[in-house]
Amino acid sequence: MNVIQETINWLVSPQTWSADGHDMIARSLEHLQYSAIAVAFAAVLAIPAGWFMGHTRRFSGVIVGITGAARALPTLGLVTLFGLLLGIGLVPPMIALVILAIPSILASTYSGISAIDTSVLDAARAQGFTTRQLIARVHLPLGLAMIVGGLRSAFIQVMSTAILAAYVGAGGLGRFIFLGINTQHTAMLLGASVWIMVLVIVVDVLFGTIQRFATPAGVRRLNATTSAQSSAG
Amino acid sequence: MISFESVTKTYPGPRRSAADVVAVHDTSFNVDTGTITVLAGSSGCGKTTLLRMVNRMVAPTSGRVQINGDDIAHMNPVQLRRKIGYVMQHAGLLPHKTVAENIAVVPRLNGATRAEAKRSVDRMLEMVELSADMADRYPAELSGGQAQRVGVARALADEPRILLMDEPFGAVDPLVRTGLQQQLIDIQHELGTTMLFVTHDMSEALRLGHEIILLAKQGRIMQQDSPTRLVEQPANAFVENFLGLNAAEKALRTRTTADGRTMVVDAHGRPAGFLEQA
Amino acid sequence: MNWVTNNLETILSALGWHVALSVPAIVAALLCAIPLGWLAHRLPRYSGPIITGSGLLFAIPSLPLLILLPVITGAGMRDGINVVIALTLYGIALLVRSVADGFNSISSETRLAATALGYSGGRRFLTVELPLAAPIILTGLRVVTASTIALCTVGAVLGIPSLGTLFTDGFQRQILAEIITGIVLTLGLAGLFDGLLVVLGKMLMPWQKQVA
Repeated sequence: MNVIQETINWLVSPQTWSADGHDMIARSLEHLQYSAIAVAFAAVLAIPAGWFMGHTRRFSGVIVGITGAARALPTLGLVTLFGLLLGIGLVPPMIALVILAIPSILASTYSGISAIDTSVLDAARAQGFTTRQLIARVHLPLGLAMIVGGLRSAFIQVMSTAILAAYVGAGGLGRFIFLGINTQHTAMLLGASVWIMVLVIVVDVLFGTIQRFATPAGVRRLNATTSAQSSAG
Repeated sequence: MISFESVTKTYPGPRRSAADVVAVHDTSFNVDTGTITVLAGSSGCGKTTLLRMVNRMVAPTSGRVQINGDDIAHMNPVQLRRKIGYVMQHAGLLPHKTVAENIAVVPRLNGATRAEAKRSVDRMLEMVELSADMADRYPAELSGGQAQRVGVARALADEPRILLMDEPFGAVDPLVRTGLQQQLIDIQHELGTTMLFVTHDMSEALRLGHEIILLAKQGRIMQQDSPTRLVEQPANAFVENFLGLNAAEKALRTRTTADGRTMVVDAHGRPAGFLEQA
Repeated sequence: MNWVTNNLETILSALGWHVALSVPAIVAALLCAIPLGWLAHRLPRYSGPIITGSGLLFAIPSLPLLILLPVITGAGMRDGINVVIALTLYGIALLVRSVADGFNSISSETRLAATALGYSGGRRFLTVELPLAAPIILTGLRVVTASTIALCTVGAVLGIPSLGTLFTDGFQRQILAEIITGIVLTLGLAGLFDGLLVVLGKMLMPWQKQVA
């Protein structure tokens, strides 16, 4: 029986998915949950910071520097570094994931907010908008698509990096890959890889749809350009 | 001589169901060798389309264009373009090449050595009165007038017998434009190049043309004549109107301004100038 | 620092492997992305699918890709060629858009001028269009270079040598200095290549006042 057939068999086997077997369903949810937690932490830090920088229209050099350096930052290095410093468990890889998620959210919030035409803001102020109204009715609608785009890249990148987190003992879907490598269980190794790819692409497409809905009709043609631009990890 | 024989150009409509757009319909005229012929008319009269037929950037839907009796449809378009100079409105210099490299383009395409091209560049810079230290500048570092001079130099660098110009001075300020026009007249006098010049500015047409062809929509020729005859014997109301010679604008009056000077105005009250006391 | 001086050979070997895997990938990505991006520019109808497709390709996680590639290529799982292919694919995914943007940025006036001057198709592409698209392509290439050098480390978990080996080895043997050395060298290598590209850009594109 060839490798591809074995892999398909592994993927369709009830053993792979059931709670008393490998429980891939629970592991998948766990993977998504870790990723969501990391992106949420990163968003809490990066969106206000990006909003502030974008609103003042300064610090663009800082943003360029951070996103540039982040691109060259090896995710595996970060994961192993924190793993070694803080020990086995969920916290060390989580810190690494949060750090990796920050730049794309920061950059997209910054560009989403700073891209709003100043004349639009002046007009809103002239009509008597308070700061809170300005954020809710101008910044949010006009910047939302970009911010969602940033969350999308961050989420995809974190999902990819979370696979590596299993290398330092965290859970999630990566464990099947490392289990597969260590036990030379090729079908599991390939099957888990296929499943992760499918899951990531589904999430990416879902986010893409959200992003399209987050764009006001009048500026819809501007979107889809920032999606998935800095995600592989 | 360049001859246009019943040329027509139609473009497919914007939508599949829409009717074809006729840019030029059944137009015939000749351009004499060694003269400046101006194609004048408002935008959309087909003047640029006619101009671009000469170097095959536009292919006529029907009819033909001949140069000295040879149908250009049988010539290789790339080779043809290398033998015909072309100057466009915003100079169209290649932004990644220096002034010297831009001027050298056609000689180099035609196989000139570096040294030969360099000699052409020097000669051309002198002809359009640009100092030699401009040679190493990039187009982004030039003023509009300078860029246009380089555009003319580039078009003439390989000594073409024909020069096509599409509103070349339309984007430069009036003072510079007058200088460029005079320079073009001098150059044409010196080289004897056959020039076909497109403009919508009647005063420019009157200044430059040995022959002026005034076009209405779809390249319909309203009058083809020398500048003098065009002004003295306009063929019809369209020509009079385009020249600004209709009755309303000929009727000038004077008015006294607040500071005591005498201003001349036309029938619409538009100022035409001040009366100088002799 | 002690660890570094005592293990220079290991470090240099990891660095050498890293360069040997990432540089061919960057070059191959550029060579593949230019025709693809040019197609996306010439055929606007297909540019949407081409660009969306490459975006999706970039979303694919690297480790699963590295594991699945050998099934397609037939190479061994620890063969460096898998890393080169995977990195090339990511590079293409990122670059196609830049290349298309680069060609799209050339003004219609410049194209018209090139035609009127009598450039033939191939010569016009090489001496007019490609140089004018180059600044935007270079910006994309800098992004690709940084991300390729970072991604190259992932192969280490499968036993493919690179600077990533310093991470896996450092983690297994609990040597903090080794991991830090790996991170610093990865960032340093990316910075060095970026600097080289900037200098190269200034040399090859003197008409650009600044290659930002």
